[in-house]
Amino acid sequence: MNFVLIFLITIFSLSLFFYGRSKTKSISIEKNIKLNALPKFYGYYLVLWCSIPSLVFLLIWTLFEPVIIKSIIIETAANQGAIFNDKNEANLIYEKIKAIYAGTYFGDIDTILKESALSYAKFINLFTNSKIVLIFGIVIASVIYSLKKIKNNNKARDDVEVILKGLLFASSLIAILTTLGIIFSLLFESIKFFSVINIFDYLFGTNWSPQRAFVSDASAITAAEYDELKDAFGFIPLIAGTSFIAFIAMLVAVPIGLFSGIYMAEYASVKIRRISKPIIEILAGIPTVVYGFFAALTVGPFFRQIGENLGLTVSSESALAAGLIMGIMIIPYVSSLSDDVINSVPQSLRDGSYAVGATKSETIKKVVIPAALPGIIGSVLLAVSRAIGETMIVVMAAGLAANLTINPLESTTTITTQIVMILVGDQEFDSPKTQSAFALGLTLFIATLVLNYIAQRAVKKYREKYD
Amino acid sequence: MTKEERLKKRHSAEKRFRFYGLASIFVALLFVLILVHNIFSKGSSAFMKTAINVEVFFDQELLEIKNGATEDQILEADFYDITIESLLKVFPAQDLDQENQLIDLFTTDAEIEIKRAFLENNNLIGKKINLEITASDDIDQLHKGNYPRDLPEDRRRISDFQLIIYDNLVENKKIIKNFNNYFFKNGDSRDPELAGIGGALIGSFYSIIICLLLAFPVAVLASIYLEEFAPKNKITDFIEININNLAAVPSIVYGLLALQILLATIQLPRSTPLVAGITLALMTLPRIIIPCRASLKAVPPSIREGALAVGASKFQSVFHHVVPLALPGTLSGTIIGLAQALGETAPLILIGMVAFVVDIPSTPIDPSSSLPVQVYLWSESAERGFVEKTSATIMMLLSFLIVMNFLAVYLRQKFEKRWN
Repeated sequence: MNFVLIFLITIFSLSLFFYGRSKTKSISIEKNIKLNALPKFYGYYLVLWCSIPSLVFLLIWTLFEPVIIKSIIIETAANQGAIFNDKNEANLIYEKIKAIYAGTYFGDIDTILKESALSYAKFINLFTNSKIVLIFGIVIASVIYSLKKIKNNNKARDDVEVILKGLLFASSLIAILTTLGIIFSLLFESIKFFSVINIFDYLFGTNWSPQRAFVSDASAITAAEYDELKDAFGFIPLIAGTSFIAFIAMLVAVPIGLFSGIYMAEYASVKIRRISKPIIEILAGIPTVVYGFFAALTVGPFFRQIGENLGLTVSSESALAAGLIMGIMIIPYVSSLSDDVINSVPQSLRDGSYAVGATKSETIKKVVIPAALPGIIGSVLLAVSRAIGETMIVVMAAGLAANLTINPLESTTTITTQIVMILVGDQEFDSPKTQSAFALGLTLFIATLVLNYIAQRAVKKYREKYD
Repeated sequence: MTKEERLKKRHSAEKRFRFYGLASIFVALLFVLILVHNIFSKGSSAFMKTAINVEVFFDQELLEIKNGATEDQILEADFYDITIESLLKVFPAQDLDQENQLIDLFTTDAEIEIKRAFLENNNLIGKKINLEITASDDIDQLHKGNYPRDLPEDRRRISDFQLIIYDNLVENKKIIKNFNNYFFKNGDSRDPELAGIGGALIGSFYSIIICLLLAFPVAVLASIYLEEFAPKNKITDFIEININNLAAVPSIVYGLLALQILLATIQLPRSTPLVAGITLALMTLPRIIIPCRASLKAVPPSIREGALAVGASKFQSVFHHVVPLALPGTLSGTIIGLAQALGETAPLILIGMVAFVVDIPSTPIDPSSSLPVQVYLWSESAERGFVEKTSATIMMLLSFLIVMNFLAVYLRQKFEKRWN
């Protein structure tokens, strides 16, 4: 239906373009007046007026129609005597009603379901019809308005540009909308989570085992269940595991990345630089799932084998394997950024150092790096934020059980792994377990936001210093 | 310490330092090589499949249909007896157990393959033909040399009797390697020899197209606004801060956003390329806006001023002159953004693309998988056959990424104007 409507609106708008163009031409000839804009702008004006209001309306309607119909149907079903205790059962009944309407339901149909399905059909019809009528009305109204405007010889180019500028502005607002969407969707579920679990139990608990957190009824949690829940969502092991793996990753990425950055900025000939820089950047372009596969199937078992030969017990999901591979993934982030940062250190500083007889490496160590330090720290912080937000490598190569350890040979888990584990497969709505994933997401979002903010500030301050 | 000794020490420190730098670059390059080599050596065998040459006799007595049966009749008909009879003739089996072991050498789809051969030429009744029936995953892996045969029998998936048959088949040259058309044509399957990336390819294709259609226009319009029209005020600053932050938000957070807004609130269908495309578009948007703005910024002000001087409006100067000049940079930024989106896995897992989907999606609102998610799914499977399938999928994914990146570089180098 929507496609037909969009198609009709498009066709109608396009024909209005030609109408508007020729109409204004003929007006100017008939009345012998000078037009305020080129004829085609009158065409554009009509097109914009005809399409934008109706399409925006259609979009909003399509987004909200299912939600509204659902709440109406669930209410009518309840009025007819359908009993549901929580949202899940209501959803189930709604799905059944929809399936009956579509003719794909093969279970028993009782009178309540049948009546509800009939009223569902009625509402669907009503909504579709009113949608068509309203869109028709909007198109007519806006076309009448805009036709009247162009007959009065308006300044069509200016008007078109005002509308287009609004469109440009609206596009740039999508960034804000996305941020708002992220914040609201994370906050919404997190608030529900924290209304059950005390935020201090979450932040300072030392035990993470959400699979234990089974509640029979989310709206009425008994005292015994709460005691169980209280201990199931301790954030400490997750942040410990995440930072531990990120730390191992940085142990790999910072020296290799920094040294290659320094070498490329200070020593490498143009030719070496031109070849090696893109190859190192390939490392950043490889999808993380590929690293995860490599870590889980090659590196993990390899380390285990080495460990066995040395008489050590190495978990095949060791933090070391995940951290090492993550570090390799991050090398280009550190190397490119520090390369840029070092390049923007003014040459005069180096020349001064050479003038007093320092060697190149002494100049780099004692002059260039201290001068570039804020920028380098910024780039390392950006890399850290990549590391803690990285998902696939740890999902595939790190462990699943929360394990408070600092032994790199044991398995440990991370925030992102737990989010994936909780949300993969069937989820119960409104259970603290599902909501805890959003609380973890919120924590992750805030942590990366803070890191990025500090890093960007550091880099910017540094840039300003030498600009 | 004398002066000379100190100088020597300083010079050797210089050499060491330089060596560390070179060594780090070397380590990074070495790793690229190891990774690529590892994937290619594991994956390249997946493009071939093992088949066993079987003589099939279409015995009228075992079939309910006659020559010249219609297509529907053939599709309905039972080919099970014919299949079993033909397969058993491959090697003499002593008892029921051995017969079962013999049949296990072939794919579970052997009956369908025989039926397909019959469909192609349906007056085969009473005739004998030689068919190449796909071998089971275990034989496939054994034949490709990925499976150790010197383990004790109870730790092997292939029995001693099956090994005898296999050796006999090899001796009689009945085992062949064919191009693995199933790998490209089929959807996912529990049997590695039948599993393919057909569904994942189509799913990824739809997702990326939707991502492109949504992200590209919005990103271009937004960057034009921010670079050319936006007044310097708090709203503009706020938008810019938002874009920079969004580009650094971990991708899994976009998965949570999609789960909450697209699936729970708007109730779009789960596991579909539509939802994947929208999610990837939201994620890619800031990553496209940043290079778009950079390429608009690179157009010198003289171009704008020239247009304005001959009476163009601000809009005409931007859309007729600045945007076409910035287009190569814009396009290459978009392609790189899309390449990142193509390899993105975490948000797609959260919106349910990990569901086991056998059918190949025909529209963007059918449940589907995508290439990176297929890699994740198969890497979790225990069967040996999936290791080469996973590596081969990665090879496909990487080759798409390489093509896209080359295209981006080509566009930039060929069409971009340098202003100096």
